[in-house]
Amino acid sequence: MNTLIILKNGRLIDPVNSVDAQVDVWIKDGCIAGPGDSIPVDALVYDLDGKWVVPGLIDMHVHLREPGQEYKETIESGTAAAAAGGFTAVACMPNTNPINDNASVTRFILEKAVGAAARVYPVGAISKGSNGSELAEYGEMKMAGVAALSDDGRPVVDSQLMRRAMEYASSHNLLVISHSEESSLSHNGSMNESVVSTRLGLKGIPNAAESIAVFRELALAELTGASVHIAHVSTGDSVDVIRFAKDRGVRVTAETSPHYFTLTDAAVEGYDTNAKMNPPLRSELDRQKIRLALQDGTLDAIATDHAPHSVLEKSVEFDHAANGIIGLETSLPLSLALVRDGLISAGRLVELMSVAPARILGVPGGSLAIGEVADITVIDPDRQFVYTEETIISKSRNSPFIGWKLQGRAVLTLVGGRITHNGL
Amino acid sequence: MTTGKNDYIFRHRHILGIEQLSVEDIFHILSTARSFKEISERPIKKVPTLRGKTIINFFFESSTRTRLSFEIAAKRMSADTFNIAASMSSTTKGETLIDTARNLEAMKPDIIIIRHASSGAPLLLSRHINASIINAGDGAHEHPSQGLLDMMTVIEHKGKIEGLTIAIIGDIAHSRVARSDIIGFTKLGARVRVAGPATFMPSGIEQLGAQVCGSIAEAVDGADVVMALRIQHERLKDPLIPSLREYSAFFGINRALLERAKADVLIMHPGPINRGVELNPDVADGPRSVIMDQVTNGVAVRMALLYLVLGGERNSDG
Repeated sequence: MNTLIILKNGRLIDPVNSVDAQVDVWIKDGCIAGPGDSIPVDALVYDLDGKWVVPGLIDMHVHLREPGQEYKETIESGTAAAAAGGFTAVACMPNTNPINDNASVTRFILEKAVGAAARVYPVGAISKGSNGSELAEYGEMKMAGVAALSDDGRPVVDSQLMRRAMEYASSHNLLVISHSEESSLSHNGSMNESVVSTRLGLKGIPNAAESIAVFRELALAELTGASVHIAHVSTGDSVDVIRFAKDRGVRVTAETSPHYFTLTDAAVEGYDTNAKMNPPLRSELDRQKIRLALQDGTLDAIATDHAPHSVLEKSVEFDHAANGIIGLETSLPLSLALVRDGLISAGRLVELMSVAPARILGVPGGSLAIGEVADITVIDPDRQFVYTEETIISKSRNSPFIGWKLQGRAVLTLVGGRITHNGL
Repeated sequence: MTTGKNDYIFRHRHILGIEQLSVEDIFHILSTARSFKEISERPIKKVPTLRGKTIINFFFESSTRTRLSFEIAAKRMSADTFNIAASMSSTTKGETLIDTARNLEAMKPDIIIIRHASSGAPLLLSRHINASIINAGDGAHEHPSQGLLDMMTVIEHKGKIEGLTIAIIGDIAHSRVARSDIIGFTKLGARVRVAGPATFMPSGIEQLGAQVCGSIAEAVDGADVVMALRIQHERLKDPLIPSLREYSAFFGINRALLERAKADVLIMHPGPINRGVELNPDVADGPRSVIMDQVTNGVAVRMALLYLVLGGERNSDG
């Protein structure tokens, strides 16, 4: 820890500080240090020619499954997967068992996260038991360390409860993250409503199930003056609604996930349960609109919605299968494709995957200025690899990208100057 | 319509849907079915073709007609048949579909015929076990033996399918029969029209080759075949239609409506019929109804499928 680490010859991409140049980064005592006159003999020096050095990536939407479903993932395995994917921090959703709706569960998660391969920011529940009827104790959870609030996985059906949640959360300076879904429309659906669902004979979930709920959250945010973050945006319609609200000055931020800008509902063909998630994969038009929204700033962040499930939940009939896919180890290469496609710059990618998540959650990171804590991701944008089941670090294997040839990956991850992943 | 026996080989080990079948496959199945149909007319309705073969009827949804039809088909070919209903099976004890299937597999069946409420369940089964799988209806996906018997019945009466206009009326959204029929009839060159209340029209159905009509009168106009689909009573709760009475008044098929169709129109229904709801009794029992022919042809089509998935003449000992 006390050893000086020097990242030499890399391309430092640090948009907050307007840096995109070949700059050596010195790390001392876990923080970014100013360069010295000479390199000490015991310094750990990495020659990063051709690599990118960026502020540590933050995934603001993951499911670590602990406590309660440790056979799918644990805080230890999930953060190891995060480190391997280039993430230095993750925000974990509260739908564990028990649900993180009180300070004791929050404290349990944070105790388990001591020494983990990534920083863990627990998200507390909006309502007790995520049942959508009573507010959880935000003040106590905040004291225990929650970074935000969400009933993710379950929509908050009652609009009055959501209004009160936004108001009360703002009193504790906490952000509400909305899983936006009008459940009377999505009820029993297992994929996008389209010609594909018609051909496969699966009950569809229309775009309106999401955009109606997104509009409600934005109207409530405007009403209350509170800020709201829209999780896992999957439709072009939601993007349009969010853009409209941003133009009106509503305090809204929003994320999407790599699968929504990479895949369409055609991936469900053959009843592939690894293409089943909620919200579902949408049409090509939606995919294109999501990509443009990442470019024009309507969408602020890329988050994975990393949702580990075992074969018990996935090797079953499609309509019985659990929703969700793992994403921590594929997010960066899939997002780098946006840069290669010329859609966004490398700096914009860093904003989407580091700067914005830090700012939205109000946590450290997103900057490599001298004195900042040394949460750093080193990316080899040219490294090609085949994503195979055998190489997955997560405890679960539920990914539609298995067998894909991917380009670009994290080769070195540091959390507070500690190396958590080294694939150089 | 003739298939060159010398160069054509039926290669499907599983029958999961009409979608997987080529035009040649369909004609081959139907001509095989026609040759088997005569067996059911004999005083002794049994041939030794599938002697020693084990066939399991694995039904997760209630069914009388389809299960019995498959069982009769198998027995007329001398296969040994076994029936498992969902209430008997271990799935009610929490066993997964794949585990149950693997256990059946260990008893070495040759064919498993499956009906399941989940679309795609037969495909899932086919990926995990070696026996041939025949889909006897999965969710709202496909019901291939029904589609084939419908095609057989139309050819029997019309001599062809190409160029005909087929009107399918009713709950297209929840109907696996509609999907298999739309795919099959369009493959063979028919024009398929669908009609019913908009609540029964699934997204993008026209991309499957069906023409969506604004009214049933429009759909039936000049049609060669009118097929009514069964209205399931649980659809009232969804809510998709207000009442059976209103459905019958606006979307039921009666004699007056059929004046618009061709004079020699065929009336079809996959059964069981809600008399007075989707079909008026005078139509269901009228001279243009071929509903009982469908049932008879069902046995022949299923005999053909059982025979062909086990290799047909390639594998027969006589």
